[in-house]
Amino acid sequence: MKNLSFLRLSVWFYLAIFFAYLLGPLIIMSATAFNSPDFPRITPWECLTFEWFSALFQDERILNGIKNSVIIGFGTVVLSVAMGLAGALLLTQIWPKLRATYYTIIIAPILIPGVVLGISTLVFWDRINRMLGLGADSFLSNGLFLTIIGQSTFIASYCMLVLVARLQRYDVALTEAALDLGATHAQAFRKVLLPFMRPALASAAVLAFLASFENYNTTTFTFGEYPTLTIELAQKVRYGITPAISALAFIIVVLTVFAALANEAKIKRQQLVLAARQNASIEELKQGIKLPGFLSGNAAAVALVLVSIATVVVVVTATTHSPAQCIADVKEQKRIEAEKLIQELRAKRDANRAKEDNKEDVQQAPKSENNSGFGNVFDPNALSTDN
Amino acid sequence: MSAGVGVDLESLWIRFGDFVAVRDANVHINGGDFFSFLGPSGCGKTTILRAVSGFLEPSEGNVLIGGRNMKGIGPNKRPTALIFQNLALFPLMKVWENIAFSMEINGASAAERRKRADELLDMIALPGQGDKLPSELSGGQRQRVAIARALCAEPDVLLLDEPLSALDLKLRQHMRTELREIQKRVGITFIYITHDQGEALTMSDNIAVMREGIIDQIGDGKAIYNDPATAFAASFVGENNVFRGKIKRISGDEALVATNRSGDLVARISTANQGKMKEGDDAMMFIRPEAFAIASKGAKGDHFVTAKVNHEEFEGNSFNIFMEGGGGKELKVTIPNLGQSFKDHTGQSLTLEYEIKNSVVVPAGELAAE
Repeated sequence: MKNLSFLRLSVWFYLAIFFAYLLGPLIIMSATAFNSPDFPRITPWECLTFEWFSALFQDERILNGIKNSVIIGFGTVVLSVAMGLAGALLLTQIWPKLRATYYTIIIAPILIPGVVLGISTLVFWDRINRMLGLGADSFLSNGLFLTIIGQSTFIASYCMLVLVARLQRYDVALTEAALDLGATHAQAFRKVLLPFMRPALASAAVLAFLASFENYNTTTFTFGEYPTLTIELAQKVRYGITPAISALAFIIVVLTVFAALANEAKIKRQQLVLAARQNASIEELKQGIKLPGFLSGNAAAVALVLVSIATVVVVVTATTHSPAQCIADVKEQKRIEAEKLIQELRAKRDANRAKEDNKEDVQQAPKSENNSGFGNVFDPNALSTDN
Repeated sequence: MSAGVGVDLESLWIRFGDFVAVRDANVHINGGDFFSFLGPSGCGKTTILRAVSGFLEPSEGNVLIGGRNMKGIGPNKRPTALIFQNLALFPLMKVWENIAFSMEINGASAAERRKRADELLDMIALPGQGDKLPSELSGGQRQRVAIARALCAEPDVLLLDEPLSALDLKLRQHMRTELREIQKRVGITFIYITHDQGEALTMSDNIAVMREGIIDQIGDGKAIYNDPATAFAASFVGENNVFRGKIKRISGDEALVATNRSGDLVARISTANQGKMKEGDDAMMFIRPEAFAIASKGAKGDHFVTAKVNHEEFEGNSFNIFMEGGGGKELKVTIPNLGQSFKDHTGQSLTLEYEIKNSVVVPAGELAAE
């Protein structure tokens, strides 16, 4: 018994460490978005503020970066999912003896460093551009085009891996059945294979978008006049960052959590509906299926609703909350601290210079009354941690 | 109902590399027939079906459907519909969409498709199940949906690739009757692939027995069962007792066979081999378990077999007696249970009698694997 509980305890301990390792940086970074100092940090906590969000949305370069990232993301999704699907289909059709070789070739871009892909994309298309006798401002040297092409070289391989996994579970007899019933190959593809692949296509699209969005190595060579978000962030970091970047991180984290929960809730709901359908008799089916309540037995949906409520609360707080008073208070505090320090120094100097002079004490008396509410912030040690 | 569209295989050869899957198949299938290809797995029967449906081009020879040569015509242009072994229902489509898939291809409106699907659902006794997904149906129901889907395409020839093999025994027997009824109702040609001789015998108008790419015999169920052309056909279809030996004398359509273990026995030469066998040939003689009757002790002659009883079992509708000796390793005799008192013969020697018309002689050949 003792051993068992110890084991259980250590499992929990391990889980705690694991999740702290995974999520700790994200949580801390998110928290810094709400603290007022100019540099992202959580200690000392000064004032709850939302100004970094407005600062973020006023930063032209960040906004432009997001726009470019989204455009490139969508372009990459279209190109790499299409190429990935073609590659996956070919893998199932190709002569078995060639399959291993083909697989290696098509997987190779994942193993090649992104930097190399970036440089080679740039060099290759520059050659093509010159061969065609086009100028430096042609379509082929456009930053968006090059970045989409460059990223797709390896993201298409990721997509192919996702699609191959689904395709392996596809029964070729389904295509044959469609053909046998009179469908052309194109119809069989569109009406039977494609619907079957849809979940994997969605996964591949999400994966491709995320991989494109976060890519830096390849993009850094190809972006031209269209810097993506990661490029902008990297350039910003060089000159020092503000909590506005934390605010961006927070938004991305919230969106991710939201999307993940929504997806989970949807899957759970489908399972519940399916279970309900299977349990229902024919009569019930005829009358239309009684859907279970959206939330019953669906933990993900509950979490989703909670996150939504939390988001609404935060937004409402943000619109009503004014950190001005707090910031003023903090400023006042800092001013007082500085003054106190000056006075202390002055007192020390005065004490050293003329110990018999007692009139200064009378002047200090009102100040100490004022400061009584601030606890030990006037401790000289506390000062050293700030500024 | 019209007579239906016939199918002909003319000197059909199908090779995969060095492997010959089908060897010189010549088959004529009458329009409106329920025709079965019967054989063990790997005998090439599915290959023939794929050649008829158009998924496979024959290496040599022709497939004719309704007299029209199908060379170069793809599966989607042939007047055939195939029912796959695993049914291959489209998992993401509802039952009615599955059934009306061929109409969707032709651009029929949803209302038309729905109407036709509902008619077919009534025909296969699944009314009101159109809005379910195939995964929500039972095995037998899925089976019938697959048939309805194939029939919706209004094929001239329906091809069935062991469609009952995935079902349990009860359902399989039920579906046999149902398939036969559906075939009679729609009146089109059914080509049925099976390794189950029970299915072939109960449903078919005509059967082709296949072995290793070769068609051994074509005939109706009775001919195949009572008058097998080869040792393989005799041993594959139904149970049979085999006696190996040499032909001693031939008179008319009867032959006296010197069997290795049971002395000289008379048997009828199977129709396909009459006039082709001569004295001194290696031959195999077959007598069905149910063709034996227990004879009085000590009876002797060329249609009596004496052997020692090894064990007996009671099967409800019959008694089975397993005997040592005989032509093969073991001799099986089935006595129908007609309420007679049946005493245990275990360990005793028993004399059995058979009628010559119920025995058959074929040239020695390969037997079906147990």
